[in-house]
Amino acid sequence: MAVVDTHAAHHDDHHDHGEFIAHHFDSAEQQFDSGKLGIWVFLVTEVLFFSGLFVAYTLYRNHHPEIFEQAHVYLDKILGGLNTVVLLFSSLTMAMAVRSAQLAKNKNCANYILVTMVCAAVFLGVKAVEYSHKWDMGIFVRSGFHLLKEHTHPKTEIGIGLGISDYLVYISVIPAVLLVVFVVAAVLGKMNQKPNLSKLMVALAITVGGYFLGAVGGQIYQNTQKDEGGHAASQPVLLHAMTVTDDQHPAAADDHNQAAATPAPGSEQAGGTEHADKMGGHHPKEKLDRDVGIFFSIYYCMTGLHAIHIFGGIVALAWIYWRSVLGHWRHDYFGPVDYVGLYWHLVDLIWIFLFPLLYLID
Amino acid sequence: MSDQHADLPKFCHPVSVKLLLTVFIALIGLTVLTVVTSAMGPSLGMPRDFAFPLAMSIATVKAFLVCAFFMHMWWDKGINIFAFLSSLFFVSLFIGFTLMDSSAYQNDINLFPRDAEVAPPAE
Repeated sequence: MAVVDTHAAHHDDHHDHGEFIAHHFDSAEQQFDSGKLGIWVFLVTEVLFFSGLFVAYTLYRNHHPEIFEQAHVYLDKILGGLNTVVLLFSSLTMAMAVRSAQLAKNKNCANYILVTMVCAAVFLGVKAVEYSHKWDMGIFVRSGFHLLKEHTHPKTEIGIGLGISDYLVYISVIPAVLLVVFVVAAVLGKMNQKPNLSKLMVALAITVGGYFLGAVGGQIYQNTQKDEGGHAASQPVLLHAMTVTDDQHPAAADDHNQAAATPAPGSEQAGGTEHADKMGGHHPKEKLDRDVGIFFSIYYCMTGLHAIHIFGGIVALAWIYWRSVLGHWRHDYFGPVDYVGLYWHLVDLIWIFLFPLLYLID
Repeated sequence: MSDQHADLPKFCHPVSVKLLLTVFIALIGLTVLTVVTSAMGPSLGMPRDFAFPLAMSIATVKAFLVCAFFMHMWWDKGINIFAFLSSLFFVSLFIGFTLMDSSAYQNDINLFPRDAEVAPPAE
């Protein structure tokens, strides 16, 4: 009883509390500013979170520049550039969505958010093509790195004749299931007179469609590259270059192996040989191949963590879309759109640095 | 930038569409520039050592554009800007000190023989 009374008194107290202004805030502005500082602090933790990977990158590049120069040729600048443009465009539509929310244009806001989600999904689709192409070539993290020199055609037991990697098919199972779920949910929503829910499900289905758009587009591009032999044909030359580099700078290429349990000087020769065999010591080419795997360990961690953030962004954007459909945004209440927008721009910001660092190495 | 909305609350600051589009076009232009300089730099006689600082400078300009206008930092409160920029300061400390320290054990590592010395290739 007492609680109810306090609440009532609070509202009689000349406070202009809107529908969404929590009552522990004096005003809409105070609520907005608190949320904004909160999201900025979150972004700070995100920057520091990613900075660990940037440190790993900086150290390895500083100590082994040759690995980076040889590894980056396996990354496609065109696909990376395409993804950069897609993310920048999604940032633009996100900024437009924030503007729409500030002007209380909920419908426009929902549309801009939808475009942003689709762009995010296109990004993931292109990324899936890039990843699966690398896996086909045996490019994994260092411990599993085994570059296939001769056989660079994708295993196409499932995607027969289309040049589609099996890995890509496996990755695409999840979005395919999601697509079915969203379409069914949209139809059910329509049948049960839940137009808003149906709208959200349609939007999510379109978003998943964006993934397939990116994947198909990326795969078509990837196949044209293969026909011209661009990627595959350059490999023997490259491997030759690796061997030469290894001979010239054995120290540079070797020293991180040395820390790992090399026998002390004067130990039995046979033991040394066995050890060297295990480490690939007899085959400088293979060894440098695996050193190139270090680059890809870093590459997968950085782009993988970034992709997880993209996925998280889609979930957050879906929430914003839902609330836009419900028409929640007003001149004095648009905080959530702004906060998710800030997060989305940060994800874009990180990609702005990842792109030149990973794809554009000389 | 958007004084046409005089009736909006003080903290509601819509950025004009024109400015957003301008920033977007600038970002795309810079992306093309960084790809082109990376692909054609050497053939245009650009020094090798110049490529990395150039790419990073372009990325920093792009980051500034995104922060300042897409993220509304240009009009934001000082405390928010301070919080965010402080993270960059700490990242620079993190990277800087790690780099300074990373060769600390190189002498010890060099005490170990190389693969080639331990096991000469059996031809």
